[in-house]
Amino acid sequence: MGNFNDFKKGIKDAIPICLGYIAVSFAFGIQATEAGLSVFQAVLMSLTNLTSAGQFSSLELIVTQAGFAEMALLQFVINLRYMLMSTALSQKIASKLPTFPRLGIAYGVTDEIFGVSALYKGELKPLYSYGLISISAFGWGMGTFLGAVAGHIMPQRLISCLGLAIYGMFLAIILPEAKVKKPVMAVVISAMVMSTIFNYAPVLSSISSGFRIIIVTVIVAAAASFIAPIKETNN
Amino acid sequence: MHSVYSYILVMAVVTYLIRAIPLTLIRTEIKNNYIKSFLYYVPYATLAAMTFPAILHASDNMIASTCGFITAIILAIKNKSLLTVAVCSCVVVFIVELFV
Repeated sequence: MGNFNDFKKGIKDAIPICLGYIAVSFAFGIQATEAGLSVFQAVLMSLTNLTSAGQFSSLELIVTQAGFAEMALLQFVINLRYMLMSTALSQKIASKLPTFPRLGIAYGVTDEIFGVSALYKGELKPLYSYGLISISAFGWGMGTFLGAVAGHIMPQRLISCLGLAIYGMFLAIILPEAKVKKPVMAVVISAMVMSTIFNYAPVLSSISSGFRIIIVTVIVAAAASFIAPIKETNN
Repeated sequence: MHSVYSYILVMAVVTYLIRAIPLTLIRTEIKNNYIKSFLYYVPYATLAAMTFPAILHASDNMIASTCGFITAIILAIKNKSLLTVAVCSCVVVFIVELFV
C-alpha cells in the first residue's frame, strides 16, 4: 500500500495538476451555469466524473434533453482512452493488490494523473495514487465551484496563464526520458506531428479529441513496439 | 423532462466503468514482450499527442503560449521538476500576455 511518505510525494506531484485543473474546470464552471446547472450540480458532476472533454460535451446534451443512451454513448467514445490507460496502470501496480485499492486508483484515471502515475519510477503504491488523486480532484472541484460562483469577476489574465500548467507538466514528464532514449524521442515527435495533422487536416479534424488521442497513441505505440521492442528486463 | 442528476449519474457510471474494468480484471503480469513494449510507449505517445498542438491554444494568446511552450521544453530537458516547469511556463505566459 505504501507509507505516509508515498502519500506526501503524491500530494507534491499533484500541485501542477491541481493548478492546471483549476484553470480548466473554472471554464467548465462558467459554461455549466450558463447551461442552467446549479453550482451544486456543476461541482457534483466534476467530482463524480473527473474528466474534462466528457463534461464539457455533456452540457449540450443536457440542454437539448438528449436520451440517456446518447449520453452514455458519447461519454463512452470520448473517455474510451481511459481503458487503455487503466490497462497500462494494471501492469504498474502489485499483481496481488486487492480489489478495493484498485477501485480507488480507477477513480483517478485521467490523462494527467495517468501521465504522472505511469511514469513514476518503480511500482505504483496506492497511497501515492491517493495523494495524487485527492489534490487533483480538489483542484478540479474547486475550479468548478469558483467558475460557477464567480466566473465573471476573476481576472481573465490569471485564468489564461494557468492553462499552460498541465502541458508544461506533460513536457517535464516525457522529455527527460526522450532525451536519453531515441525510440522515446521518436514516439514523442511522431505523436505530436500526427496529432497536429489530425487537428488541422480536413475531415480528420472532425474526429473528437478523445478519439484522436486513442488513434494517435495506438498507431505510434504499436509502430514503436514493432520497430524498437524493449529489452527483456524488469523495467 | 430528464433531471440533471440522472444525466450526471449516467455519465459517472459509464466513465467509472471504463476506468475500473481493466484495473480490476487484469491481475497478472503481461509476459508478451510486444504488448509490454506497446504499454511502455503508450504514456509517451498519449502525453505528446495531448500536448501538441493543444499547448498553442492553452492561453488566450498564441504568442504567449508559444513562449510558454519553449520555456517548458528548455526546463524539461534540463530535468527540472514537474512543478518548476509548470509554474515557470505559466509565469512566462503571464508576463508575455502583459506586452502583446
